[in-house]
Amino acid sequence: MCDTCGCEDYNSNVTIRKPGEELEDSHQHTYAHNHPHEYNNKLHQHIHNHLYTHTHKQEKHTHEHDHILTHNNHEHDHEHDHCHTHGKEIKVELDILQKNNLLAERNRGFFLAKNILTFNLVSSPGSGKTSLLETTIKKLKEEINFYIIEGDQQTMNDAYRIKKTGAPVIQINTGNGCHLDSDMISKAVKELNIMENSVLMIENVGNLVCPSLFDLGESKRIIIISVTEGDDKPIKYPTMFESSDLCIINKTDLLPYVDFDVEKAKEYAKQVNHHLQFIEVSVKTGEGMDEWYDWLRKQKG
Amino acid sequence: MHELSIAMNIVDIAEEYAIKENAKVVREIEIEVGTLSGVVIELLKFAMEMTVKETILENSKITLLNIPARTKCLNCSENFNIEEYYSPCPNCKNYHSEIIQGKELKVKSLYID
Repeated sequence: MCDTCGCEDYNSNVTIRKPGEELEDSHQHTYAHNHPHEYNNKLHQHIHNHLYTHTHKQEKHTHEHDHILTHNNHEHDHEHDHCHTHGKEIKVELDILQKNNLLAERNRGFFLAKNILTFNLVSSPGSGKTSLLETTIKKLKEEINFYIIEGDQQTMNDAYRIKKTGAPVIQINTGNGCHLDSDMISKAVKELNIMENSVLMIENVGNLVCPSLFDLGESKRIIIISVTEGDDKPIKYPTMFESSDLCIINKTDLLPYVDFDVEKAKEYAKQVNHHLQFIEVSVKTGEGMDEWYDWLRKQKG
Repeated sequence: MHELSIAMNIVDIAEEYAIKENAKVVREIEIEVGTLSGVVIELLKFAMEMTVKETILENSKITLLNIPARTKCLNCSENFNIEEYYSPCPNCKNYHSEIIQGKELKVKSLYID
C-alpha cells in the first residue's frame, strides 16, 4: 500500500532488493492494481478492478503462479429519499499526509520496541552520504550492528558499495519517485530482518526538497552538505534544514579551493533552525570523524 | 514534484468522505496550505487540474486557502508573520522564534449535494 492513494499500483515502479537479487535468479513481485471510481448525478456507482500477478523465478526451483482476480462492474446503487438542494458542508479537517504519517508512527513504534536507532540521511546528490556510511560502518562495526537502507531512483550501485563493508543492506529503487516514504521503509525493514539494539541508517534519495515532507519513522534526521555546494543552501532549501536534527558539513579538505564559508553556512542554518547541531568532517581524510562517531555513540546511549 | 502525490492524496480523501456521506456531487473542496508547508500553491493547483480528471472532483471548485506563517519570538515574545523560516523578529531582530501557524496541509471541508 502506498502513502499516496492506498493502492499497490504506485509500488509497481518501486523495487526493494538485496544485492544479487536483481540478477537472473531473482525473486520478483509485480503488482498491478486498479480501482477507478465513477460517479454520476443520479446513481452512485462504485467500480473496482483488481489485477494481481505474482511470479517467482529461480534458477533451480521454478514455480510460476499467476493470479488474476477481477471484480468488474461491482456496482452499488443507492437511492435516497432525501436530497440536498444546496451544498452541505462536511468538515474534514484531515492532514493530507496522514497516511504517510500514520505508517511512520507505526515504524517508529516498531523501532522503539526493538531498541533500533534510526537515522534518515538527506542531502543533495553527491554530498558524500554513501562514503560517510562506508567509512562509519568500517570504523564502528565491532561496537554497533548497522543495517542500511539505500534509496535511489535507479541502480543497485550504492547497495553493492555498502555490502562490501559487511553490513546488511537493501536497496529501494523509487523509479520516478523523488523520495522514500514510510511504507517503503516498513517493507524494506521486514526484508532486512533487523535485530534488536541495532542502528538503521536510511540513505534517502538525493533531493533537498521532497523528502523533507515524508516522515519515515526515524529517530533523528541528518542533513549532509558538502563545501562544494553554496553556503547559502540552508536558506535556499529551508524546509529540509528546519526538519533536521544534525547537519554534517562534508569535504572540508576542499575548503582551501572553494568559496564556501563554513561560519556563514552555519549562521544561515541557525536562522532556519536554531536547534540544529553541526559536525564538520572530511570523510576522505578522516578529519572531524571522531566527533561524528562520538555523536553516534551518544545517541545510542 | 511531491505536489502530485499531495494532489492524489487530496482526491483520495475527497472520495472517501464523499462515499461516507453518500454525496452525489462535490460542489467545492477547501484545502488549507500553509506558507511553510513545503508545498507550492501554484504547483499544487496545476497538479490538481490533472489529478481530478475522472474523479468525483472533476467538476468541483478547488479552493486553496493559504495560511500565512506566524511565529513567536523567543526573545521578546513578539508575534509576527513571516514569509520564510529565516525571518528575524521585527522588534528585536532575533532569529530564534517558534512557529505558531503556517505548516498546515489539510483538507478542510467538502461541500456536497
